[in-house]
Amino acid sequence: MERLLEVKDLEVSFRTYAGEIKAVRGVSFHVDRGETVAIVGESGCGKTVTVQTIMRLIPMPPGFIKNGSIIFDGKDIAKLSEKEMEHVRGSEMSMVFQDPMTSLNPTMRVGAQIAESLIKHQKMPPKQARERAIEMLKLVGIPNAEKRVDQYPHEFSGGMRQRAMIAIALACSPKLLIADEPTTALDVTIQAQILDLMRDLQKKLNTSIIIITHNLGVVANLAERVLVMYAGKIIERGSLDEIFYNPRHPYTWGLLMSVPTSELDKSKRLASIDGTPPDLFAPPVGCAFAARCEYAMKICYERYPEDFTVGDGHRVACWLMHPMAPEVKPPVGKGVTLS
Amino acid sequence: MQTTGNAVTKEMFEHVGKNISQMEAIARPSITYWQDAWRRLKQNKVAMLGLIIIILYTIMAIVGPYMTPYDYRTTNTAEIDQPPSAKHWFGTDTLGRDLWARTWMGARVSLAIGFLAAFLNAVIGVIIGGISGYFGGKVDMFIMRTIDILYSIPYMIIVILMMVVLGQGIMPLVIAMVVVGWLNMARLVRGQVLQLKEQEFVLAAKVLGASHSRIIFKHLIPNALGVILVNLTMSVPSAIFTEAFLSFIGLGVVPPHSSWGQLAYYGIQAFRVRPYQLFIPAFFISTTMLSLNLLGDGLRDALDPRLRS
Amino acid sequence: MGRYILNRLFVSLITAWVLVTLVFFLIRLLPGDPFLSEKVTPEIKANMMKYYGLDKPIHIQYATFLGNLLKGDFGYSLRYKNRTVNEVINQAFPYSADLGIRAVIFAAIAGVTLGIIAALNRNRSWDYLSMFIAIVGVSVPSFVIGPLLQYVFATKLKLLPVSQWKGFAYTIMPTFALSLHSLALMARLMRASMLDVVNQDYIKTAKAKGLSPFQIIWKHQIRNAILPVVTVLGPVTATLLTGTFVVEQIFAIPGLGKFYILGIQNLDYSLVLGMTTFYGLFLIAANFVVDIIYGLVDPRIRLAR
Repeated sequence: MERLLEVKDLEVSFRTYAGEIKAVRGVSFHVDRGETVAIVGESGCGKTVTVQTIMRLIPMPPGFIKNGSIIFDGKDIAKLSEKEMEHVRGSEMSMVFQDPMTSLNPTMRVGAQIAESLIKHQKMPPKQARERAIEMLKLVGIPNAEKRVDQYPHEFSGGMRQRAMIAIALACSPKLLIADEPTTALDVTIQAQILDLMRDLQKKLNTSIIIITHNLGVVANLAERVLVMYAGKIIERGSLDEIFYNPRHPYTWGLLMSVPTSELDKSKRLASIDGTPPDLFAPPVGCAFAARCEYAMKICYERYPEDFTVGDGHRVACWLMHPMAPEVKPPVGKGVTLS
Repeated sequence: MQTTGNAVTKEMFEHVGKNISQMEAIARPSITYWQDAWRRLKQNKVAMLGLIIIILYTIMAIVGPYMTPYDYRTTNTAEIDQPPSAKHWFGTDTLGRDLWARTWMGARVSLAIGFLAAFLNAVIGVIIGGISGYFGGKVDMFIMRTIDILYSIPYMIIVILMMVVLGQGIMPLVIAMVVVGWLNMARLVRGQVLQLKEQEFVLAAKVLGASHSRIIFKHLIPNALGVILVNLTMSVPSAIFTEAFLSFIGLGVVPPHSSWGQLAYYGIQAFRVRPYQLFIPAFFISTTMLSLNLLGDGLRDALDPRLRS
Repeated sequence: MGRYILNRLFVSLITAWVLVTLVFFLIRLLPGDPFLSEKVTPEIKANMMKYYGLDKPIHIQYATFLGNLLKGDFGYSLRYKNRTVNEVINQAFPYSADLGIRAVIFAAIAGVTLGIIAALNRNRSWDYLSMFIAIVGVSVPSFVIGPLLQYVFATKLKLLPVSQWKGFAYTIMPTFALSLHSLALMARLMRASMLDVVNQDYIKTAKAKGLSPFQIIWKHQIRNAILPVVTVLGPVTATLLTGTFVVEQIFAIPGLGKFYILGIQNLDYSLVLGMTTFYGLFLIAANFVVDIIYGLVDPRIRLAR
């Protein structure tokens, strides 16, 4: 498959009065055409900063790309001018945000918000753009689209607003859709509908998707490959099956154990990971997860682990993979199935 | 990907386990809300300048009239409309009264009215707003509708009406300003209390059997104090302005008493001939209001928890 | 929207009723019954009797008073024979309204513009300059700025006429002096509102669509940021119209302010109360209009049932 996006050694920092926050500390990954990649991790792990950097949406300053390249469709995003970037955003890649209640402009008709990017990027006359906006609303499954197109966001329910957001994002048929926690703010029943919609649309339009989530249930529904991020680094990556059935990093285990499943013994409590992610003002020298890891070894506190390849495309940054490390029995893996 | 320089040895793989306490030890040292606010206010040079000017004027209002041998009430037909000189530092007015003495006596009145009115407004506003927000329901409904209606009548109109009825003078001024001056504070405090009363520590106090007044005055008000303080600071200049405005249209302080607004009112009568008679009180009114506004801005920035980092 | 208008109308009517009732009872609290003191001439006494029905029981008096106001009759002067408050208003209010409207428009346009400039240049010299102007404007009363302008531009530079109201050149200084405070207030509010909106998610959405900074600011940021500024237009109008008292005095403009101050000096209570009532009712009406405008600007209100 053809590469659409190739992120290499990306480092993003923010300058604050208290010093530099290293939000993304050397991240490399790729997305192929038509592929769905999920980035998982808790809040503050750098997943949102990573994707917002790909779209150059982080405020600069205080943010800045310290190092690395973002090759998208042959262009290095990190080196484009602001003006050139305008033609990429919304047209070649677009984004759906977490909270549909606040992501739509409350004083602008929904149709106009969809038409905006069509007028800008495809130079469509307003009338035609409106027609296209109606089509887009139909495509994302909003009934009565001819009427809805002239309504304001407050007349839409949460789920419908997120559908409208997706319509905005897909209006110009972008090559890459980035969805940042697209279902987190929605009711559980609506969540499934939105995920189904995204999967259907991807099949129809052959758009690549990067989906960010802290909910592994969402991943299972949608993604082909999974990247697990922690404290600004990717600590484990692999195909959906590998991550779910053969996870290797203790942090990934922790994430998997904190997912509620239908088979979970009701007497057992849902596991959580103790502690909080490290302060990114001064990230630790060794593995950033060591302090929260019950399997941590001396070396974990001293050196950052290399990437160990454990299977086809499955790589883990953990010292437990080292031949000298003691054998550890993973608490999750084969037994876990997701609802 | 990353290669390690030194060789990896077997003993490095000794099991250590997690170390959450060490992780939390990195957390920044904690300082209280008020310490933090004070630290940030001190860094704000403009706000500190405002504070210093206010303190300076207050001291001068106390000692200023005694620095000159002239009494603020004594007229002297031999020395009318004197420009500022070594004898009369701010000159004299059309009745030959010393303007240095009158200016600082006026400062007493203007500052006292400003602070007193603002303080009374705050007290009434906090009590009514606190009750309204805390009890909610019908009480809240009734108070808020009343406030809405009183609020729709322009403030100055009510103050003028009250002044016409109460007659002129310092106490009537304060009363007129307080009659509807508390509306803003009440609204603000109600909003704060509505937010705060949903929080756990209030629930905890209730469970422990604290009385209503204890919860309102020990738990809710202290937590809303930042917002109250900022609003109080901001309402002092508007009270000083109201006094000056009323004195200027002839409804405020009457001679022989003096206030900055009244001095400006008399100053304007002949200000193209003797501009100092207007510009001296005008300067003090403006710089006082400016200082209080700068201090209020600084306090708001210092107390806004959203800016805390 | 219909329900919103009805609601606002209801509140405005209640407010007006509270105001006039307040005035009615305040009249009765006036020290020493000024209407019937011996200084008053028989003609004026007759006017008072007719207008207030002072010899009748209090509820009849109240009904008469309300009835008079409903007819748009604001009463008589206590000092001048056969001069009604309405005559004074008819003669003088056009000047005050002219000045007031100019000031509202100038304050709104200049204030909003200044706030936008400040917000777009956050923490740069334009921002500091605008906010310095704004804080000075909030702090310096019109009766200070007015004479100062006269002193500089009329007495010293001789660029503008000192006072009176005879043409555009005459309006410049009074309008500026009157509007500065409100202008500054709106500039501060607009800046804060702009900075609040710029952090909203929908601005990020707009940026993600690939819109240019100009399009984002113009179509998304300003449109939303201006909403809270519209809500203060009512109070601002009130401040400006009462502020005319002072500015008219300084610039010798023959508006209501002159009569107002004269009335206060002459202890002409019924004239002052009549004019105050008129002002109060006018401002309540202005507030109502501003509420309707706000409803039209904000689709969340306009489309609500």
